[in-house]
Amino acid sequence: MQLLKNMTQSAIVLGLFAVIGTGLVADIFDQTKQRIADNERASVLRNLHQLIPPDRHDNDLFNDTTTIYDARLGTNQAITVYRARIKAKPVAAIIGAIAPDGYSGAIKLLVAINYNGTLAGVRVVQHKETPGLGDRVDIERSSWILGFNGKSLNNPTENKWRVKRDGGVFDQLTGATITPRAIVKAVRNSLIYFNQHRDRLFDTVDPKDKNE
Amino acid sequence: MNNFSQIFRDGMWKSNVAFVQLLGLCPLLAVTNTVINGLGLGLATTLTLISSNVVVSMVRNFIRPEIRIPVFVLVIASVVTAIELAMNAWFHDMYKILGIFIPLIVTNCAIIARAESFASKNNVARSFADGLFMGLGFTCVLILLGALREGLGFGTLFQQAHLMFGEAARGLQITLISDYQGFLLAILPPGAFFGLGLLIAGKNIIDKRREAKQQVMASAAVAEATK
Repeated sequence: MQLLKNMTQSAIVLGLFAVIGTGLVADIFDQTKQRIADNERASVLRNLHQLIPPDRHDNDLFNDTTTIYDARLGTNQAITVYRARIKAKPVAAIIGAIAPDGYSGAIKLLVAINYNGTLAGVRVVQHKETPGLGDRVDIERSSWILGFNGKSLNNPTENKWRVKRDGGVFDQLTGATITPRAIVKAVRNSLIYFNQHRDRLFDTVDPKDKNE
Repeated sequence: MNNFSQIFRDGMWKSNVAFVQLLGLCPLLAVTNTVINGLGLGLATTLTLISSNVVVSMVRNFIRPEIRIPVFVLVIASVVTAIELAMNAWFHDMYKILGIFIPLIVTNCAIIARAESFASKNNVARSFADGLFMGLGFTCVLILLGALREGLGFGTLFQQAHLMFGEAARGLQITLISDYQGFLLAILPPGAFFGLGLLIAGKNIIDKRREAKQQVMASAAVAEATK
């Protein structure tokens, strides 16, 4: 009898702690939810604005997106494309492409392509490359990534869209060839995709809605 | 009062979480590639230690011994989740860098060890002090190791301080050696092991010297007394 009483007591105390703990976490989640969403939005916009400055668009860059699926962009998952417009006219698209063959796994990129097909810029947003070697593709570490600015699918020509070691025009990084090679390839694939699907990319009707 | 200085000495030096108890090494080794990262994780851990110690100490008389461990786990998990959400809200960039290591504070054995071995046997004030000094002791090691690795690896100190203190803190960065090529090993995980090993060895040397000094003094006192 005593044992049963002790067990019930313990169960109640444990249950009480679970309820209080969960309640506390739920309350804090509720109070920080908006702030965290704002932070994430600000952090994405900061990346996007490095490529397409605020004066080059007047639309809501964060929400004017479409999703695409194409294995050439480095993943079978959905890829987000942000679209910059001025007075509803397309200015540029920013493709969240992935270079799947980095030295230490996938490298997440933002590839900004002007409507006329030239590159507005490229940024690495997430990578696991070696510190001090491959991580120089990050704008915080070196200006290597700026070498893409102004390039397009035909400038340089196809067999020059490589790092210098492979006979192309893009610098490799001392001690790290694999990382730049992966990024050059991914950027070129993004350009190919853009050229083939340009007008659909800027379509304001979401392809998902079309089917409905 | 004497009691609190004892707690202070235990936390900062004598039973330092990282140097002596060797607890919580996984986050310690993983995030200490810069001073600021170390500081960020250290403060988050300290906050967790204080909160969990205080709560555990407050409820220590209502909990049957059989269920104390699950209760501690619940308390620690709630506290860490709350801190994680708060950090995501107010130190978003820092949160992105420390990433997985914030929720993993839950698994830092130092926290449940302090709850079990100290907070569950002591009053709230002493448990608070224990959490504070154990946490600060841990933070100091994180900062020291961060400084060692960042200095050797990047040739700087306090880089990316703006992640924690806002844009104004960008100027805090100190460049020790300009045009430094970097020493990769220090930044990679093995560098953390080497660094921690050296720091622990350093602490042991200091302890040995002190002990020797005390012995000399003690024997001198004995000699004095027998004269």
